[in-house]
Amino acid sequence: MREVTNRSMEIRLKIWRQESPESNGYFEEFLVENISPEASLLEALDSLNERLTLENRRPISFDSDCREGICGTCGFVINGRPHGPFPGVTTCQLHMRMFEKAGLLVLEPFRGGPFKVLKDLIVDRSGLDRIIQAGGFISVSTGSAPEANSILVPKNLAEEAFNAAACIGCGACVAACPNGSAMLFTAAKIKHLNILPQGKAESKKRTKNMLDAMINEGFGACSNHGECETVCPKRISLETINFAFKEGLSS
Amino acid sequence: MIDPKIPDGELSKKWENFKSSSSLISPSNRRKFRIIVVGTGLAGASAAASLGEQGYNVVAFTYHDSPRRAHSVAAQGGINAAKNYRNDGDSILRLFYDTIKGGDFRSREANVYRLAEISLQIIDHCVALGVPFAREYGGTLDTRSFGGTRVSRTFYARGQTGQQLLLACYSALERQVANGTVKLLPFKEMVDLVVEGNRARGILVRDLLTGRLERYAGDCVILATGGYSNVYYLSTNAKKSNATAIVRAYKRGAGFANPCFTQIHPTCIPRSSETQSKLTLMSESLRNDGRVWVPKDPSMRAKDPREIAEKDRFYYLEEWYPSYGNLTPRDIASRAAKRVCDMGLGVGPLGQAVYLDFADAIKRLGKNVVYERYGNLFEMYQLITGENPWEFPMKIYPAPHYTMGGLWVDYTLMSNVEGLFVIGEANFSDHGANRLGASALMQGLADGFFIIPYSVPNYLASAGKNTLAEDSKIFDFSEKQITNTIKDFLEADGDKTVEEVHRSLGKIMWDKCGMSRSLTGLKEALEEVLVLKEKFKSLIRISTNDERLNDSLEKAMRVKDFIDLAEIMIRDAIERDESCGAHFREEHQTSDGEAIRNDERFAKVQIWFDRGEPALETEDLKFEFVKPSERSYK
Ligand SMILES: Cc1cc2nc3c(=O)[nH]c(=O)nc-3n(C[C@H](O)[C@H](O)[C@H](O)COP(=O)(O)OP(=O)(O)OC[C@H]3O[C@@H](n4cnc5c(N)ncnc54)[C@H](O)[C@@H]3O)c2cc1C
Ligand code: FES
Repeated sequence: MREVTNRSMEIRLKIWRQESPESNGYFEEFLVENISPEASLLEALDSLNERLTLENRRPISFDSDCREGICGTCGFVINGRPHGPFPGVTTCQLHMRMFEKAGLLVLEPFRGGPFKVLKDLIVDRSGLDRIIQAGGFISVSTGSAPEANSILVPKNLAEEAFNAAACIGCGACVAACPNGSAMLFTAAKIKHLNILPQGKAESKKRTKNMLDAMINEGFGACSNHGECETVCPKRISLETINFAFKEGLSS
Repeated sequence: MIDPKIPDGELSKKWENFKSSSSLISPSNRRKFRIIVVGTGLAGASAAASLGEQGYNVVAFTYHDSPRRAHSVAAQGGINAAKNYRNDGDSILRLFYDTIKGGDFRSREANVYRLAEISLQIIDHCVALGVPFAREYGGTLDTRSFGGTRVSRTFYARGQTGQQLLLACYSALERQVANGTVKLLPFKEMVDLVVEGNRARGILVRDLLTGRLERYAGDCVILATGGYSNVYYLSTNAKKSNATAIVRAYKRGAGFANPCFTQIHPTCIPRSSETQSKLTLMSESLRNDGRVWVPKDPSMRAKDPREIAEKDRFYYLEEWYPSYGNLTPRDIASRAAKRVCDMGLGVGPLGQAVYLDFADAIKRLGKNVVYERYGNLFEMYQLITGENPWEFPMKIYPAPHYTMGGLWVDYTLMSNVEGLFVIGEANFSDHGANRLGASALMQGLADGFFIIPYSVPNYLASAGKNTLAEDSKIFDFSEKQITNTIKDFLEADGDKTVEEVHRSLGKIMWDKCGMSRSLTGLKEALEEVLVLKEKFKSLIRISTNDERLNDSLEKAMRVKDFIDLAEIMIRDAIERDESCGAHFREEHQTSDGEAIRNDERFAKVQIWFDRGEPALETEDLKFEFVKPSERSYK
């Protein structure tokens, strides 16, 4: 069981600083002392920021919101890997106790494809929204839906759709991909909607439009490196991409 | 003066009557009306998408980088609907009654009945949009139970129902963006409401990337900006959730209803460190199978719970509330947890936790079934606490979670400021003094998908098109005020960070205007908050004078508004001299600690207006259909 501790630890952070999209970036190093191992990594940054503020220095800009792994707002590269070294978690779910032996963490923004640094660790991921605009929906307007149970969805199909729909749009897949491809993101939405009976009618058009949009937005093409799968905090599998490829071929 | 504008007719016919008599706008004229939607969570995204589908010219704002981040995404447990697929006696009437009773008879009958009616359509529409709800083997929809009900009417998508519903609304919204009916503006925070002649004319927005103030005029304004639990600093809400939009509307004349009605959720992960930035909810659905207990003897508090014998455990919910057991409503379960901890039986490092135990469920159902139902919640718990809930019972404690209070709206969801609609958690409408689980998602979607598309056209048809010019004086006035505030903050030279001030505010509110409230405590809280309010500018320091992307400036603007809100929350709690639902005044309780309501004096909505000082008006609640009774779950 977790013990009551007043333990504290320290950690060195080497962080990417960049004032604006136009300015040049650089690394800056900080020592964070007296932080509880029970604190999250983002809470360690919070307290660093409070200290910097009182010292009249510019705090580190990073984005986060739910802080429980579901909104997809947070995310940076930690020691070379998006969302850090542990599989199946987002940056906000990392706790300092996981880094007791780490000594130094290097924090960099998600880079890749059209992602542009807005400030420090915050990047512009709006390209992902535009991929959804191209076809990541079922065209049904409010008021026109049939009785819910008139559409039967076998349990295993619902589960499979859910696994793909679990994507949180964080962009880690893009940051991990040597090509800066958003294929895992795009394929997840294609699969979620295409395998459900409700989404079948538009499946061909959806697949083509979304894949085209991905390239037009400046993301790279997928050449099956598989890096995306290993960093995906929601464990969306490469098989999802294979599914989308097949759908693409038949469309 | 306060007229809820409830349509005539029998309860079950009111909404039908409203719809069939409301005014319409012809398809070719719709695009001439510009509708401003602030907030793109469940409520805002569903409203913007539906109005876009009808052909209106919609502009939607969010401070997030994408609508998919809205706090709705974090809802875990599920969404209610009176489908009665289980054949277990559910009906519109029963959902209506459960909600009225759950809210401790402090909500409007007509609104709640409409909500129960619409619940059926919501599930239909969400399925059509592709929400991967849990299914039975035969392919039909599965349901589970939530607190305060004895039927199984909660639809869910694992422990991520909010995420799946939000993504469906987001998809519908992006489809309209692609169609050109909705213009979506992310990274924009509304910092003022522009009102002229008691009519909402538009909003002032701060672009969070450039720092520029921008003006947007519209024919009506819809606020869907979520709840204000972050007034407590630590809550289950997302870090950025804030009350600025509704507080600014209050400052510009909108009434704020029942601000003291805030919900403390019984099952959250307790605080574990000084730097804690937020609390995490463990879904109420866990109480379907988890049993809540503490050791009977304080000396066993530190013992390994697995070694505490059955006879030495106090399953206090099951004992105190045998007919609902672990599924009593939230306010009751939270207070019971506080009571056993106050009795010295609490567990965990600070004695501020109770056990939520799955050992019996795992034995009865097997690990697989439990995993299927709650797998992701177990993982989340383990990640945060470092403890394995398959081995040890979870430790939980109540935390601020939801706000029933919000801007006052009439039956059409319009505030007293004409043309200002308020939907989702931001309004006060349907949950009275306590919300039942899985009914916020239902309400947000009812508002956005099915009510706003009738009530907004009805308003526009009578108000007519009359958009204000964006260079008009009233916009200048607002921009000048906000520019000054920003300038003041950037120059602020105190010795505290904004976070620090926010933490002090949170502590005052949690200690004195939280789970349990006394007149003495509330009066102290009021004084302390007024001091914070007066000193705020001199206390804080913003590290850089960067007008562009600047988190501490953003936070300062939000915390300033939280302080104003805290003031009316406390005043409201003082004025409401009774206990009801989540509002527990220590002066009004039975010998075994149950709330004592006072219907004669307080069967009403308390509405606050900013007239230099906060001023109180009330709306009487008329119960024509149900008779308020003692709310017993024993
Ligand atoms: C952890 C958790 C679990 C929950 N689980 C459940 C559940 O299982 N079932 C249930 O029914 N309910 C649940 N709830 C409650 C429910 O999720 C919320 O009440 C509901 O989602 C609120 O939706 P909303 O659309 O009103 O607001 P939100 O989803 O909070 O959206 C607010 C929107 O407004 C925007 N915004 C706010 N202010 C401004 C501004 N000034 N300028 C521009 N944009 C602004 C934000 O960017 C965002 O887009 C849960 C709540 C929490 C905290
Ligand atoms: S902050 Fe929401 S996923 Fe990390």
